[in-house]
Amino acid sequence: MKKKWALLSMMFFTISVLAGCDLLVLDPKGPQAERQASDIFLSMGIMSFIVLVVFGILIYMLVKYRASKQSEDYNPPHVEGNKYVEAIIVIIPVIIVTFLSFVSVKSNYIVESTPAGYEDREPLVIYASSSDWKWHFSYPEEDIETVNYLYIPTNRPLEFKLYSHGPITSFWIPQLGGQKYAMSDMVTTLHLAADEPGELMGRNANFSGKGFAENTFNVNVVTPMDFEEWVDEVKQTAEPLTEEKFAELLEPGHLGQLTFSSTHLEFAPPPEGENGGHHHGSSSEEEAEMEHEDETKNEHTDSSEHHH
Amino acid sequence: MEFFERFAIPHPSPLIYASMVAIGLTVIAIIAGLTYFKKWGYLWREWLTTVDHKRIGIMYLFSALLMLFRGGVDAIMMRAQLAVPENTFLDAQHYNEVFTTHGVVMIIFMAMPFIMALMNFVVPLQIGARDVAFPRLNALSFWLFFMGAMLFNVSFVIGGSPDAGWTSYFPLAGNDLSTSVGTNYYMIAIQIAGLGTLMTGINFIATIFKMRAPGMTLMKMPMFTWASLITNVIIVFAFPVLTVALAMGTFDRLFGTHFFATTNGGMDMLWANLFWIWGHPEVYILILPAFGIYSEIIPTFAGRNLYGYKSMVFSMVIISLLSFLVWAHHFFTMGQGAFANSIFSITTMAIAVPTGIKIFNWLFTLWKGKIRITTPMLYSMLFIPIFTIGGVTGVMLGMSAADYQYHNTMFLVAHFHLVIIPGVVFAMLAGLTYWWPKMFGFMLNERLGKWAAWLVASGTIVAFFPMFISGLDGQARRMYTYSESTGFGIWNMLSFVGAGILAIGFVLIVYNIYYSTRYASRDIPADPWNARSLEWATPSPTPAYNFAITPEVDSRDAFWNAKRSKKSLFKGGYKDIHMPNNSGGPIIMSAIFFVLGFALIFSLWTVAIIAAVGIAGCLIYRSFEQDHGYHITADELKEMEDNNGGAK
Amino acid sequence: MKVNHTGPLEYSTEQNNLNILGFWIFIGAEIMLFATLFASYFTLVDRTAGGPTGAEIFEITPVLIETILLLTSSFTIGLAVHAMRLANKKAMLTFFAITLLLGLAFLGVEIYEFVHYVHVGAGLGTSAFTAILLTTLGTHGAHVTFGLFWGIFIMMQIKKRGLTPQTANKSFIFSLYWHFLDVVWIFIFSFVYLKGMM
Repeated sequence: MKKKWALLSMMFFTISVLAGCDLLVLDPKGPQAERQASDIFLSMGIMSFIVLVVFGILIYMLVKYRASKQSEDYNPPHVEGNKYVEAIIVIIPVIIVTFLSFVSVKSNYIVESTPAGYEDREPLVIYASSSDWKWHFSYPEEDIETVNYLYIPTNRPLEFKLYSHGPITSFWIPQLGGQKYAMSDMVTTLHLAADEPGELMGRNANFSGKGFAENTFNVNVVTPMDFEEWVDEVKQTAEPLTEEKFAELLEPGHLGQLTFSSTHLEFAPPPEGENGGHHHGSSSEEEAEMEHEDETKNEHTDSSEHHH
Repeated sequence: MEFFERFAIPHPSPLIYASMVAIGLTVIAIIAGLTYFKKWGYLWREWLTTVDHKRIGIMYLFSALLMLFRGGVDAIMMRAQLAVPENTFLDAQHYNEVFTTHGVVMIIFMAMPFIMALMNFVVPLQIGARDVAFPRLNALSFWLFFMGAMLFNVSFVIGGSPDAGWTSYFPLAGNDLSTSVGTNYYMIAIQIAGLGTLMTGINFIATIFKMRAPGMTLMKMPMFTWASLITNVIIVFAFPVLTVALAMGTFDRLFGTHFFATTNGGMDMLWANLFWIWGHPEVYILILPAFGIYSEIIPTFAGRNLYGYKSMVFSMVIISLLSFLVWAHHFFTMGQGAFANSIFSITTMAIAVPTGIKIFNWLFTLWKGKIRITTPMLYSMLFIPIFTIGGVTGVMLGMSAADYQYHNTMFLVAHFHLVIIPGVVFAMLAGLTYWWPKMFGFMLNERLGKWAAWLVASGTIVAFFPMFISGLDGQARRMYTYSESTGFGIWNMLSFVGAGILAIGFVLIVYNIYYSTRYASRDIPADPWNARSLEWATPSPTPAYNFAITPEVDSRDAFWNAKRSKKSLFKGGYKDIHMPNNSGGPIIMSAIFFVLGFALIFSLWTVAIIAAVGIAGCLIYRSFEQDHGYHITADELKEMEDNNGGAK
Repeated sequence: MKVNHTGPLEYSTEQNNLNILGFWIFIGAEIMLFATLFASYFTLVDRTAGGPTGAEIFEITPVLIETILLLTSSFTIGLAVHAMRLANKKAMLTFFAITLLLGLAFLGVEIYEFVHYVHVGAGLGTSAFTAILLTTLGTHGAHVTFGLFWGIFIMMQIKKRGLTPQTANKSFIFSLYWHFLDVVWIFIFSFVYLKGMM
């Protein structure tokens, strides 16, 4: 019996620790992460209720119907089951699951679109591509590129276009929102936004080989003004990114933080639109190639558009 | 020299060399021991060539325990490495190999044979059958599994272990990024074991459909048999998907195809989809038999019939259907969009309903009961609360938007361990203790057993609860190290302590087996637990032919009712019993499969062709073989039954 | 061994019944196997990576010949089982032999087809499309090949041992297998070739 109480107190301890809110996921700094954290708290609350009900019934049964508490000649009855009891244990979970399904579906559409309250603002598009074991961040509008660190402005929707130069990785800034995969033959889109300036942790969350543990990046959230300043500074001081240099960067290994005043997007375009599906096959049969590209184009607009 | 280089471990360490020596010495010791005690003949006649479902079950059991320790050592190494920040006990490559083999060994080579062990041993007895439908095929299933498991473990000492995770996602698992033969081992060893599993599926469906005792309608079957039936149906429909996926993966690695590559039109997501179309049903292949075991143990020790039998069956059927409709929840973050995620989110959470029905039915089975807390019952009672927590966190993970935050983190790791360990491992340990007297004719020590149960349960809690917290704090899974500033240290240290407690629990279980084998009384009744189903109507240990007279059944708890009304289930006199002959075919053919697998892994084409011809030869031999089995005559039967007390 | 003489020979013992049920379940697994291959085929069919598409390499004549051969063989194995039920050993063996010969011819044309594909630059390694095409066709072809050997051994056993419950059971199960391969081929014909050529 002590065990049960130990379990219970453990659970309360867990919840109170979580409610303490110094855990990254539960300490959101942007609208998407906020939505996710509130979903987490909501489901955790409902689930704790279920856990308590189960624990309660279990403890009651174990206390009340122990053999040691019953007479020697007590013979338990044969009980087939009861329509009403069984209806209750179906209906209540169904109601809970239905409720959570509504929440879940709603949240899906929220996290897959421009963050609430940011719809009327121009999104900042950043191509985030991974290679073993680095992140390359290309700002096509600003025409700059960084490695292993991000500068992002507050109060502006962020549209991360994710893809990979190697294995499947997962782009994750816990305090801004959940992760999404970066893959080599399609571009996925992650919608984020940051509410306040600060320094955040970002990483690849999907195992990608030897250097995976250190596959992290810094996220500097700054005011829009500071962001403009940073862009100008980069443009003045950094070298442009050449094709040779980029090939060198793609070599497996770890790099520190690097900055360039041009992106790799022109000479190594991301696998979206007509570059989707990666064809490294022979290009001698151009006709087939063209035909194929049209098909993949459709396919990829389908799969990378998230608001149907 | 170049030829031999491929067999070298690409990334050796003193730890591996030490293990090689240890393995070598153990093998030599076993061979020497068998030779010295002249046990080779006994081993061959009684075990290696057996087609008896009970002996096959016992061999599955020992393989599972063996693999539990292999996987357990992997687990301890992982937890030790992560116990403190920036630890250097294992480097990245070793850590990757360790968590990969831990996953594969525990799921494919520990949990699977464990359920196969109990299914093999118990199901024919529970339905009053003499054996399974295809005894020879059953032996082949076991030996294919066994050879697959051994082949996989060879990777540790020859050529290098797989290192792309138990999910083996491409392109990471492709030749370019996973250059050692490790992933070849993964593809081929699992393929061979999987063939065995598929055959078991076919075998048990046929057995359960066609070989039940007279009067045992489907709705009068014991719940474990029901669970086994549904499990095997899932096996038959899920394993071919794995077969194809592994074959395509093998082709990519050996024959230059580009199914999952990033070039030539390959599609890495296809692997992930195929893997989980098998992988999610696989989870239920493991958990449903466990549910079946609890459904046997809880009524027995509550002294009452199972509450809500029909809804128990119905919920398992629903679970088995839903299990094929949720696979994409393993990659909500793949960018398939809000609509697809919503569908899979709903189907995933829907599984909570039938699972909840089962939990409540078990709880209500205790109602008005007379509960005896024995070791199997203790595991069951510890299972309910811990599994509930594991289960409800599964619902949380099913909320796809929130899953973007849980995915790939320790939160997920905590969730699935808190479902699989109480769900499967507790059930197996409970079932092991429960059916042990039927298998070996003596009982395991209750005091040691209960101690072990408490240790295993508290170890599980201490090891995995902290992961919920570190996961929410941003600790990704499969990281071989982390810096101190992350603050993950304390939680991982706790997990390490928990793993240590778990380890002590398992050592205690082994000690219990040793202790009870030596000291436990052999003079036990056929039905030591006062149980309810037909297997307890046979003497302990059960004779080769199971039932001297086929029982006749008229209710769900026929054996229980017969005991109370003092009637016999066995009517009529002894008749001749037809028995299948032992055969060396299954082990020989599986051994050739081992050779074929090894040859393919190292691209030794000549050897592979010779082995393939050998397998064809075995099949041809089997096709032409006329094996009519043998008969135990009524007189012999009477004599044997008189000796062991007879069926009551 | 209890032999029940009221029904057909292939169902006459308990083990025979088990074998047939077991084989039906096996066919269930085979359906999943081919379903997975088809699903993968449809996923990868457009991923030609600059290599040839189906329309460019499929030839209608050999495919039609293969289809006719296999459909006919499915018919003749049916006749063989019919003859078996009439206990006409000679007719049964004849139809059995015709079935296997048709199967062999099918295999011959399929080998020609494969050589043709490789010849026009559609090998295993060319693209994801060619790989899944050859794998799907090859899996079916391997099943046919296996069936040819199996069938020959069954015929040899019938010749030697006559129509016993065991050989009848094997023949019947073989016929299930052969019909199944025919059904799979119809799917391949419709969804791989016809759809690909359209």
